[in-house]
Amino acid sequence: MEVSGKAIIFGDNVNTDAIIPGKYLTLLDPAELAEHAMEGLDPDFPRRARAGAIVIAGRNFGCGSSREQAPIALKHAGVRTILAESFARIFYRNAINIGLPVLEAPNVRNWAVEGDMITVNLEEGKVMNLTKNQVVQALKLPGFILEIVTNGGLIEHLQRRMGERR
Amino acid sequence: MNIAEKILAAASGREEVKPGDIVEAKVDMAMANDITGPLAIQAFKKIGTPKVWNNQRIVLVLDHQVPADSVRSAEMHKIMRTFAKEQNAPLLYDIGSGGVCHQVMVEKGHARPGELIVGADSHTCTYGAIGAFATGIGSTEMAGVFATGEIWLRVPSTIRVDLAGSFQRFVTPKDLILYLIGEIGSDGATYKAVEFTGPGVFGISVSGRMTMCNMTVEMGAKTGVVSPDEATLEYVEEHAEGSFRILGSDADAAYEKTLEVGIGELGPQVACPHSVDNVKPVEQVEGTEIDQAFIGSCTNGRLEDLELAAEFLKGRKVKKGVRLLITPASQEVYMQALQRGLFEVFVNAAAYVCSPTCGPCFGGHMGLLAADEVCISSSNRNFVGRMGSLKAEIYLASPATVAASAIAGEIVDPRGYSGV
Repeated sequence: MEVSGKAIIFGDNVNTDAIIPGKYLTLLDPAELAEHAMEGLDPDFPRRARAGAIVIAGRNFGCGSSREQAPIALKHAGVRTILAESFARIFYRNAINIGLPVLEAPNVRNWAVEGDMITVNLEEGKVMNLTKNQVVQALKLPGFILEIVTNGGLIEHLQRRMGERR
Repeated sequence: MNIAEKILAAASGREEVKPGDIVEAKVDMAMANDITGPLAIQAFKKIGTPKVWNNQRIVLVLDHQVPADSVRSAEMHKIMRTFAKEQNAPLLYDIGSGGVCHQVMVEKGHARPGELIVGADSHTCTYGAIGAFATGIGSTEMAGVFATGEIWLRVPSTIRVDLAGSFQRFVTPKDLILYLIGEIGSDGATYKAVEFTGPGVFGISVSGRMTMCNMTVEMGAKTGVVSPDEATLEYVEEHAEGSFRILGSDADAAYEKTLEVGIGELGPQVACPHSVDNVKPVEQVEGTEIDQAFIGSCTNGRLEDLELAAEFLKGRKVKKGVRLLITPASQEVYMQALQRGLFEVFVNAAAYVCSPTCGPCFGGHMGLLAADEVCISSSNRNFVGRMGSLKAEIYLASPATVAASAIAGEIVDPRGYSGV
């Protein structure tokens, strides 16, 4: 499974309050949440991500609250995958569970600039910078996590598993 | 094994686990609030199992947007109430019966020693204070737990924090945890457990341990925990029912590393804008003018915190031009504060006393900040925009430092604040 988009770059410690501020947590419609994605850092983000984005960031991406609205807002704003040096653990699980692929990729930050075209092969963890014509290796997702992501998220994964049991 | 490993081994039916193992564990209790619950309920309904795995083990707490501040919030609350009814789940804490979810879980005895507890809120790690393994998860994952009662977890390695000595007057467990976050960094414990051990921890109340375990997530930790001792058992006896397994760390348990802290040498600490690990001794920020002060939240809204604030506020006034918000963490804390006359102290000091809610701490409602305003808060996060405007500044400190600063109108060292 391959995903592609333009690189949007962030730094370290991108927190969930910046990704989706507390005042929007009563929104249940993913499209409405997406309109406010990254509002704390870049109010223009939803416009820039719309055509498909690969977010590239530093350490501790998604730190802070357990709000699943954070990865939901990013996914529905157009983010196809997030590559970061490291992730906060609840955000990481939430992203996988809603079917947004997230890959740990050490030193990825200095490897692409804003607007580069990026393609990620999820099975192999291979990240291709089509603008620079370079390839780097991210950490591969463990098999069962990859399965959740490729099934589209935990709910779809459980539906499928329970269907198999029936 | 250490306590975190022992609980995960017991919950997954194994003799032994080690850091890095991935286990399928059985959950003892699952908690969701009015911000994370509705999403979990929506996701649960998509799975297609009509009934939750065990309706006695699900706790639903309305605490974030309470009382409903908008029609949208009211609709979220309705989803929670309807679900509790559909599932015949008795442990719904509506407004008036509960309070801030983490306080409710511990004081109502839904978090007990040796248990594996997951909550759809990052500060679920608070319950490590009574010797449970408790960790935050998201809504979809919670839907999976609602359906199966199980969750996969990676066994974390553990950082031990070995404490000696006792606190100086007006220095608190909050100052200790802020100091540690400054040392370890906001991602220094990511995917790890943090265990507090040593003679210093015995002298810290369950309330103080809750403050410490609560903020371990601010260094990325999966959980914070204290092995049960006499204080734990005394607390649990008073608050919880039924049988449970007391698990504690073995003397030869393995740790990733050990930090030693002499509590007595610590002074008041302040986390400065805009990150929780930007921690400085209070002396370095003294004189910073403030517009708002907040005492409350799952971190510091307990009776002990309010009593400490009252020591400063008794017979004094909040500085003109500064507003002080005080929010007891639960109905039970509210009643105790009322009975002890604390509200009289607060109201006479011109503080604004609110009902139990998470509101101001997460910028959901009540007490939001305008651009360029400065707040000193006893809560847990000072990220850009956390409590309102993206242009506001938040300093985190203990209830003592917050109360003294509210009187002074600027950040002060509570130890030297005149008249106390």
